[in-house]
Amino acid sequence: MAEHYKPNKYKAWELTLEERFQEVYPPFSEREAVLEANRCLYCHDAPCMVACPTSIDIPTFIRKIATGNTKGSARTILESNLMGATCARVCPVDVLCEGDCVLTADHKPIAIGRLQRYATDYASEKGIRFFKAGEPNGKKVAVVGAGPAGLSCAGELAKAGFEVTVYEKKKWSGGLSTYGIVVFREPVEVSLAEVKMIEELGVTFKNNIEIGKDLSFEQLIKEHDAVFLAIGLGNVPEMEVPGEQLTGVLDGLEFVEETKTESLDSIKHGQRICVIGAGNTAIDCATIARRLGAERVTMIYRRSEAEMPAYHFEYEFALKEGVSFMFLTQPVEILSNAKGEVDGLKCIRMDLGKPDASGRRSPVPVPDSEFVVPCDMVIKAIGQNKPTGVLAMLAPFGVEQVKGYLKVDEGNRTSHEKIFAGGDCVRSHGEASTVMAVQDGKIAAASIAKQLLGAAKPLAEAVSKR
Amino acid sequence: MPDLSIDFCGIKSPNPFWLASAPPANSAYQIQKAFEQGWGGAVWKTIGAPVLNVCNRYGTIDYKGSKIIGLNNVELISDRPIELNLREMAEVKRNFPHHAVIASIMVESKKEAWQEIIKRTEETGIDGFELNFGCPHGMSERGMGSAMGQVPEYTEMVTEWVMAVATKPVIVKLTPNVTDIVLPARAALKGGASALSLINTINSVMGVDLDTFELQPNVGGKGGHGGYAGPAVKPIALHLLSAVAGDPEILKSRLPISGMGGVETWRDAVEFMLLGATSVQVCTAVMHWGFRIVEDMIEGMSNWMEDKGFETCNDFIGKSLPRVSSFGDFDLGFQSVARINHDKCIQCNLCYIACNDAAHQCIDLKELKITDEAKERLWPVVREEDCVGCDLCSRVCPVDDCITMVEIDTGRPHTTWNELVKAKPEVLEWDKMEAYRKTANIHIH
Repeated sequence: MAEHYKPNKYKAWELTLEERFQEVYPPFSEREAVLEANRCLYCHDAPCMVACPTSIDIPTFIRKIATGNTKGSARTILESNLMGATCARVCPVDVLCEGDCVLTADHKPIAIGRLQRYATDYASEKGIRFFKAGEPNGKKVAVVGAGPAGLSCAGELAKAGFEVTVYEKKKWSGGLSTYGIVVFREPVEVSLAEVKMIEELGVTFKNNIEIGKDLSFEQLIKEHDAVFLAIGLGNVPEMEVPGEQLTGVLDGLEFVEETKTESLDSIKHGQRICVIGAGNTAIDCATIARRLGAERVTMIYRRSEAEMPAYHFEYEFALKEGVSFMFLTQPVEILSNAKGEVDGLKCIRMDLGKPDASGRRSPVPVPDSEFVVPCDMVIKAIGQNKPTGVLAMLAPFGVEQVKGYLKVDEGNRTSHEKIFAGGDCVRSHGEASTVMAVQDGKIAAASIAKQLLGAAKPLAEAVSKR
Repeated sequence: MPDLSIDFCGIKSPNPFWLASAPPANSAYQIQKAFEQGWGGAVWKTIGAPVLNVCNRYGTIDYKGSKIIGLNNVELISDRPIELNLREMAEVKRNFPHHAVIASIMVESKKEAWQEIIKRTEETGIDGFELNFGCPHGMSERGMGSAMGQVPEYTEMVTEWVMAVATKPVIVKLTPNVTDIVLPARAALKGGASALSLINTINSVMGVDLDTFELQPNVGGKGGHGGYAGPAVKPIALHLLSAVAGDPEILKSRLPISGMGGVETWRDAVEFMLLGATSVQVCTAVMHWGFRIVEDMIEGMSNWMEDKGFETCNDFIGKSLPRVSSFGDFDLGFQSVARINHDKCIQCNLCYIACNDAAHQCIDLKELKITDEAKERLWPVVREEDCVGCDLCSRVCPVDDCITMVEIDTGRPHTTWNELVKAKPEVLEWDKMEAYRKTANIHIH
């Protein structure tokens, strides 16, 4: 992360377990925020704003912090992005707004993420509500999945007067913001506060209901004027190696979820942990494991440092947290002792061969190079399963797919007239991120409004401006 | 090592840096501490009429995180007994015979009162006097301070009273709270003053609290005008200094001037001296940072003098005065246009919006294909033929040396407004002006 993101001095051995799971970056004080805001040049047609997938008017919200209009600042942010408080914490700002700040050459870029957090937290702590439900227009929309895409869509639609019901299979809403972002990046309360804000716009939340299981897609489509699918992706896929079913082998996402929903001291973890994969979730698992107290955490990745999918700042963070990396290493078997407990990960060394379909050089096993990494727990974080089950259920309705993801047009409509989709479940290429999911929700809301109400409605205008 | 010492109408000082008559020069303790740290002189906090002070004496302007770019005060002259001040003046002079110790005086407008305090003060062995005709708050309401400085006749009269008994040099300190500072300056000259100092503080109300509706400074719920000083007033001080120092009568008299008003660094001091000040006085910067800033002031000025080849302060005092002119004498044929160095440009495009919204709409945003970026941001480009050379763009540009104003010559006649209206008085009619512009190759956008 950018150099000016100075976390609190982190000395794990001096901190309690709870302290280790506080937000890594302390909030800005008023003075810090105003000083930082005043560094902003207030560019004309600012590149940071162009870089933001939700087109937040960044120079304007920063100027409002500088003038002491923090409430107005929060409004500017939330008008473009209802999940502004989450995005302030989880956005890869280095590659988005801050990465495009004109002050990169001779100066530090403006700490846009932290300023956004300052403004949105201010509004949240003061309980300020900027939006209210629109005049009811008699149209009903179902949103499936209460993650960032679903919440964003639901909120925008509610503002425009739609009757929105969100179906969520989990106990709590918020999706990955609630369950999948490590707690020291985003506390659960931040995500739940956003859910509450959407709820107060008159959106009905039906939790613990899985569409296709507890309620059929057929019924859903029949009972609503439009359906927005924001179902995300599935669990971590199988590695298909022997020993994968042992009890010490964990799904990375479930591991992260545990730290967000359970009391920290009740979480069982090993002392020598291997994390498989090198994406952002893998980094999360490794750093959580360290903060929980694991003595040795090793990340195993079959390609090299250059190909790892995690953001560079996340990689640096993991290094600082004392995580070690074994690149060009592929797991081939999870070993266990007589008691059936994990006691090692058998790996094989890899070399990089010719570029594969993704353009990255594909790893090739080095013959006779097997070796064992001693460990007592293995956490898998090698991506997420595609929404295959849902696609199968939707196929009869004519919903098409692309590479295992839901196929949508520019307005986020699927091949079925009433069904729209967004978020990770449509991200068939490129990276997925929270902020893109939020924008997907906005785009879908605009399309739904346009389809059901005609083009001249305010929401359609508001979103088409972007 | 250049020689920083100065001779200010007979008052010797090891360097041109003096404490101004103000809270930092309130006592022997402070002034001796300042001298030990390098200050060359001090104008003692004004002594004279009995006073009582109030609480919350200061108001400040903070700007974008920088504290005190402007400071206002409603503190009065010294509230310590005169005897104590006189005793301490003698002590300081005994301990620091080679430093400049100047007594600032303000009493009611009575000849006896002025002459008595001058005589009493001279006995301490101080090097000179500064007559406080400038304090704009508290004392002025009692007919003193700026109430005297704002009426040239008063200034002249009181100066005469003082000069009749003073054997040490007398500096008259001028108030900026007048329409034309040259008039009181000339009055002081006429009254026989040995030197001038300027500026005293500027009348000001610092601000209003948006929650309590109280003024700043807030004295028990009320507030009022006070004297404004600090970095923000420097341009005003430089203007008034140049007006006085460049006045033909003052120039002819060769009266030395002690300059002040927002001097914070050696750079500020050099600017004041280039515009004719022999010494500079400092208050706000010391109130903000303490006496220790003088070390850098001395070193910075020495280094600068060395770089420029100046051996003594006299080598550069007043060096910029010949450049002080006025609009009627500026060259109408001097022409410049803005040039943007796209190697340095960071594309904040502030120049574009400033030119477009607030100037003459002669910067365009264009595709230039300077970098290899796929989606390159538009670049600001000056349409030179339409640029009026106003210089706003280079002022708003946050990058050093990115936008420069380049002198060009399109054959406009090199004449001044005064010369023009003398030669062609008809240009004072719009149609004739238009005709002249055409012949002179001057295009208006």
